[in-house]
Amino acid sequence: MISERAMETLIRLCGFSTILFIFAIFFFVFREGSGFLFTGFRPLEFFFSPQWYPTSQSNVRYGALALIAGTAGVTVMSMMFAVPFGLGAAIFLSEFCGPRVRETLKVTIELLAAIPSVVWGFIGLTIMNSLIIQIFGAPIGLTVLNGGLILALMSVPIIVSVGEDALKAVPDSYREAAMALGATRWQMVWRVLLPAARNGLLAAVLLGVGRAIGETMAVLMATGHAVRIPVSPLDPVRTLTATIAAELGEAPVHSEHYQVLFLIGILLFTITFAVNLIADLVVKGVRGQS
Amino acid sequence: MFQQTKSVQKRLRQEKLARAVFACMTLLMVVPLLLILFYLLYRAMPALSPGFLLTNPIRGMRAGGIWPALVGTIYLVLISLAVSTPIGVLAAVYLNEYARDNWFTRIINLAVVNLAGVPSIVHALFGLGAFVLFARMGRSVLAASLTLAIMTLPVIIASTKEALAAVPIPFREACWNVGATRWQTIRHVVLPNSVSGILTGVILQVSRAAGETAPIMFTGAVFYKAVREGDPFPYGLLDQCMALSMHLFTVSTQVPEVPAALPYATAVVLLVTVLVVNALSILVRGYVRSRKKW
Repeated sequence: MISERAMETLIRLCGFSTILFIFAIFFFVFREGSGFLFTGFRPLEFFFSPQWYPTSQSNVRYGALALIAGTAGVTVMSMMFAVPFGLGAAIFLSEFCGPRVRETLKVTIELLAAIPSVVWGFIGLTIMNSLIIQIFGAPIGLTVLNGGLILALMSVPIIVSVGEDALKAVPDSYREAAMALGATRWQMVWRVLLPAARNGLLAAVLLGVGRAIGETMAVLMATGHAVRIPVSPLDPVRTLTATIAAELGEAPVHSEHYQVLFLIGILLFTITFAVNLIADLVVKGVRGQS
Repeated sequence: MFQQTKSVQKRLRQEKLARAVFACMTLLMVVPLLLILFYLLYRAMPALSPGFLLTNPIRGMRAGGIWPALVGTIYLVLISLAVSTPIGVLAAVYLNEYARDNWFTRIINLAVVNLAGVPSIVHALFGLGAFVLFARMGRSVLAASLTLAIMTLPVIIASTKEALAAVPIPFREACWNVGATRWQTIRHVVLPNSVSGILTGVILQVSRAAGETAPIMFTGAVFYKAVREGDPFPYGLLDQCMALSMHLFTVSTQVPEVPAALPYATAVVLLVTVLVVNALSILVRGYVRSRKKW
C-alpha cells in the first residue's frame, strides 16, 4: 500500500507538471535556436524583409516578413468567416433553439472539431481547390481564400463552444428583465446579452485566432507554397507554421537554417502564448474573480 | 382588442428575421460538413476493401494498402495514452481536490490552457529538441509518442477535472467523517464515482492523438516502412514507424501519380476512426448523464 504522503507528493508533482512542460517547451525550442540568435541573427532583416532564401548558395537571407504576412492574411481571412458564423451559431444555440435541436447541433459541432487537421488539408487540396478554380477562374486554388475557409471551419467549434458558455453565464434575471419590459428576443440579445457577455465573446474570438495562427498541416496543404506578401485572397502564400513543417526535414541538424526555423517556433510560441494569456485575462478579469 | 401597432409588427418581423439568420449560419456550418463527408466516402469507394487495411503499400505507395500506417498509429496512440493518462488524471486530482484557490493554482490552470494552445508544430520542435536529440532517443516510436502525450495532456486534464467536480462534496465529507484520509477518499469514493467521465476524456485523447500529424513528422514517423503483414507487433520502441495521418499527407502531396482513390481511402479510414472514437465518447457521456444517481 502506497503511503498517504508519497501519494500526495506524486499528485502534487503531476499538478505542477503542466507548468514544467510549458517551461520545457520554451527551453528546448530556445536551446535549439539560440546559437544563431546570438551570432548571425539580424532582427531587422527577420521582421522587415520579405526575402526568404534559406538555401541560397551565394546570398542566404532569412527575411520572415512574407511568412508573417502569410500567417496574418490567412488568419484574418478565416476570422472574417469564423467570427460572424461562430458567434451567430453560439447565439442561436443558447437563445433561439429548443433543447433537442441544441443537443443535436452541439454534437455535430463537436464532431466538426474532431476532424484531424491533415484531413482538412486534404479537403482543401482536393475539393476546395477545384471549387475555387471553377468559381473564380483562378489558375490555382491553393490560396489565402482556401486556407482561410478551411481554418474558419476548424476554428468555428471553439468559438461556438466558448461563446455559448459566455452567453450561458449571463444571469437569467437579465433575460427576464428584458422580456418583462416587452423586448423581443432579438432586442434582448442585441441590447442586453451581447453587452453583458462581451468579455466572454471576445475571449472566444481570441481562442479562435490562436487556433488559426497555430494550425499547421491544413495550411501547409491548402495555401500553396509561394513565399510572398499576399495582396488578394486568390494569392498563394506560405505561413510561419507551414514553413517549419516544409523545411525542417531538409535543413541539416544545427545548421543556420535549422536554427532559424526554431526561432520561428519561438515566435509562434510567443504569439499564441500572448493570445491565450489575453483571452484568459479578458474572461477572468485582471484580478482573477471568476 | 389588442391591435398590434406598426412598431410591434416591425419588431416581430425583426425577431423572425434574426432567428432565421442565426439558424442559417448554424446550418451553413453543419451541412457542408455532411456533404464533404459523403463526397470523400464516394471517391474512396473504389479503393476500400479489407485487403486495403491489411497489406503493405507497394510500388512506391501507388498501390497496396495501409497496414504499417494503421499499426503505427495504434502504437503511437497507446503509448502516448499510457504516459499521459496517469499524469493527466493525477494533475486533475491535484487541481480539483488539493489546490487552494490562490495565484499559484491560477498559474497552473493558465499553464493547462496555454499547453492546449501551443501550436502543434511547436510541439514537434520541442519533441525534436528534447526527446530525439537531448534524450538521445533518435527518431522513434517512443519520442513521437512522448511528444503526443504532452500535446494531449490538456484534453485529459480538462475532462477529468470536470468529472471530479461533478462528484458532490457531501460524498467526500461522509468519507472523511468515518476517518478516511484524503487519498483514501479520492481512491475509494471520488475516482470510482467519476470513472466514466474520465473515460470520456481518455477516448477524446485517443481521437486527438490519432489525428495529429505535425508533432510526429520530425520525431518518429516516416514516409515509408514495410512491415510483416499480419504481425501485430512489427515495431520496437526505438524503431521509426508509419502513421495514418502522416501517410495521408505523403500520398496526397509527396508522391506523384498516385491513383486518385488511394488518398481518399486513406482519408476516409482516418476520418472514420476518429469520428467513431469521438461518437463513442459522446455516447459514454450521455450514458453517464442518464444514470446519474445524485
